[in-house]
Amino acid sequence: MNLELIIFLVLAVAAIVSAILMITRRNPVTSALYLVFNFFVIAVLYLFLRAQFIAIIQITVYAGAIMVLFLFVIMLLNLGEDKLMNWKLNSSKSIASLMAIALLIEILYFVMYFTPSAGLSPKADSMGTVESIGKVLFNGYIFPFEITSMLLLAAIVGAIMLAKKKFSEGTDGE
Amino acid sequence: MGNETMIPLSYYIGLSAILFTIGVVGVLTLRNAIVIFMSIELMLNSVNLSLIAFSAYSGDPAGQILVFFSIAVAAAESAVGLAIIIALFRNKLTVNIDEVNVLKW
Repeated sequence: MNLELIIFLVLAVAAIVSAILMITRRNPVTSALYLVFNFFVIAVLYLFLRAQFIAIIQITVYAGAIMVLFLFVIMLLNLGEDKLMNWKLNSSKSIASLMAIALLIEILYFVMYFTPSAGLSPKADSMGTVESIGKVLFNGYIFPFEITSMLLLAAIVGAIMLAKKKFSEGTDGE
Repeated sequence: MGNETMIPLSYYIGLSAILFTIGVVGVLTLRNAIVIFMSIELMLNSVNLSLIAFSAYSGDPAGQILVFFSIAVAAAESAVGLAIIIALFRNKLTVNIDEVNVLKW
């Protein structure tokens, strides 16, 4: 047990516990805050994997922009405690949980038997910096990058159009 | 080399699998549309984690580029999804998906 492995295990437990707390809280604001914590833990794991640029993007875009948008919508809709959320185990919930457990067993089986046992690549240290990501991005992936800008523009227009008026008025083509 | 890590690749993939499954449980069992949406974000994040792990262990930067695009698409997706939830709330005054069954056959 070296220090890196201990820190990794602590972070992994923190990520799993915060994810479980996220889906079991009644208050959506509490769920969102646990999800923000989970995103920060995953950002630290990205630093372990020498992906500095993605770690910063994770904190600014995910934990910053997206989760602020979530919290904004939760508070805008004034959602209180979820009174309808009960943990009575009805048939659909138990079937769903069984299917999820089957999925986990399946994935873990493949992880155990088919994951290559390679160490961290020697190139990994210099790979995750902003400089090298930028070089790769703007040399080989410039076209997807530009398409992403079109996608974001479409998302902006779509979000404004959807949130502007009611469904009943928006469906008759005006 | 200074990067002699003791963490096997399968630990990262296993963590990613567990987080993905928690997201699946959230999507399948919860009834609040916003928390379901947060579970989807959790699933996206777990897949990003496995992509970064594969990228770092195989020495190929394409995985990090893919995560970059994945985060951009997730931002667009959450903007549109939350707009749909706002429109839904205006129409139905609820975000409980059990009460939203207009398109249910």
